[in-house]
Amino acid sequence: MVAAEKLSRTEAHVRDLATDWPVALYETLKSSGVGHMSYVPDAGHATLIKLFGGDPDVVANMLTTEEEGVAIAAGAWLGGKRSVLLMQSSGVGNCINMLSLPVQARFPLLMLVTMRGEWAEFNPWQVPMGQATQASLEAIGITVLRAETGADLVETVEQAATMAYEADQQVAVLIGQRLLGKKKW
Amino acid sequence: MDRRAAVQTLLDARDGALVVTGLGSPSYDVHAAGDRHDNYYLWGAMGGAALVGLGLAQAQPDKRVMVITGDGEQLMAFGALATISVARPNNLDIIVLDNQHYGETGMQTSHTGRGIALDKVAAATGFSDTAELRTQEEVDALAERLRQPAEGPRLFVLKIKAENLPRSLPPRDAAYVKNRFRAHLDLVTC
Repeated sequence: MVAAEKLSRTEAHVRDLATDWPVALYETLKSSGVGHMSYVPDAGHATLIKLFGGDPDVVANMLTTEEEGVAIAAGAWLGGKRSVLLMQSSGVGNCINMLSLPVQARFPLLMLVTMRGEWAEFNPWQVPMGQATQASLEAIGITVLRAETGADLVETVEQAATMAYEADQQVAVLIGQRLLGKKKW
Repeated sequence: MDRRAAVQTLLDARDGALVVTGLGSPSYDVHAAGDRHDNYYLWGAMGGAALVGLGLAQAQPDKRVMVITGDGEQLMAFGALATISVARPNNLDIIVLDNQHYGETGMQTSHTGRGIALDKVAAATGFSDTAELRTQEEVDALAERLRQPAEGPRLFVLKIKAENLPRSLPPRDAAYVKNRFRAHLDLVTC
C-alpha cells in the first residue's frame, strides 16, 4: 500500500495510472529484471506487447497457443532469464496440463491475464472460460491475484514479480475487465 | 535404426550442448547414455520439450541446445514449430526419435505412421535445415553436421525401430534436476 501511494504520488503529475497503467507495468517488469516475454495478443495487452516488442533488450515470442509460453518461460529460467507471459483469460484453459511443469519443478512463472466474460461483455462465448479462469488456475496450483484499478495492478505485479523470481512461485495476475473497458467495435 | 545407439552417437558429439528431453523413451535414451547435469529431462508436460529448448536457447545464445524427443510428443506441439521458426534461434536443434508409435501406452500408431512427415512440416514453416534419417551411418554424418553453425532452427527425424527397451530412469524430482542444471551454468538456485 505504501509503495502504491508513493508511486501514484510521485507519478501523479506525469501519469494517470487509470489509463497509463500499461506503461507503468512495462517499467515495473523491466525494473524486476524481466528480459524475456511471450504472448498471445489481447487488446488489453496491446501497449505492453508493443513496448516489449520494440525493446532491444527483451526477447519477445509470439505464440500460436498460450501453453507454449509456459514451457518457454521454464526454458528461459533454466538458462537464467526472467520471462513474463501475457494472455487473455480464454487462453488459461489451454495452459492447464503444461502448468504442471512450473508447479512440479518450481519454475518461477508470472502470467498477466486480461479478463473477458465478466464486465460489459457482449460475447457470451467468453463467459464460460472467464468464469472458470481463477478456479482452473487454483486447481492446478497457481497463486491467483486480481487487480481492478491501474494503481493496484502495478503494485500487485511488482510484488508478484518478487514472489515469482525470488521465491520460485507460480503466480497469475488477473486484470479485471472493468479496468480494460468495453471492447470497441 | 537402434534408438540408443543413435542417441549415444549424438550425445558423444554434443560438445557442450545443453540437452532437453521429451517425456517417455527419449528421456530414458538420453539417461542411458549417461546422466549429466546439463540434461533437463521432462517426465510430463507433453508438447513442451521443443519449447523449453527455445526458451533455453534464447537465454543462452552462446550455447547450442539440443532437444531430443519423440514423434508423439512433437505432434502435440505442431504449432510450436511455427513459434520456433518465427523466433528463429540459430542454436536450437530438435531431434525427433520417430518410431511412428506411442510406445509408452501400448504401441498405438501415431500420425507419423500415417503419412505426416515432421521434417517436411518443419521445412515448410521455415526451419533452416531438416532431414529424415533412416540409418546409423546417416546419424554419424548428422553428428558432424550439427557441429556446423546454423542459420536458424534445425529439425531432424530419426526413423527408429518400434520397440520398448529396458527403461533407464532419470530422476523424477523436477526441482532437483532444474537446480543442478542451473548450477551447471553458474546460476543461483532458490
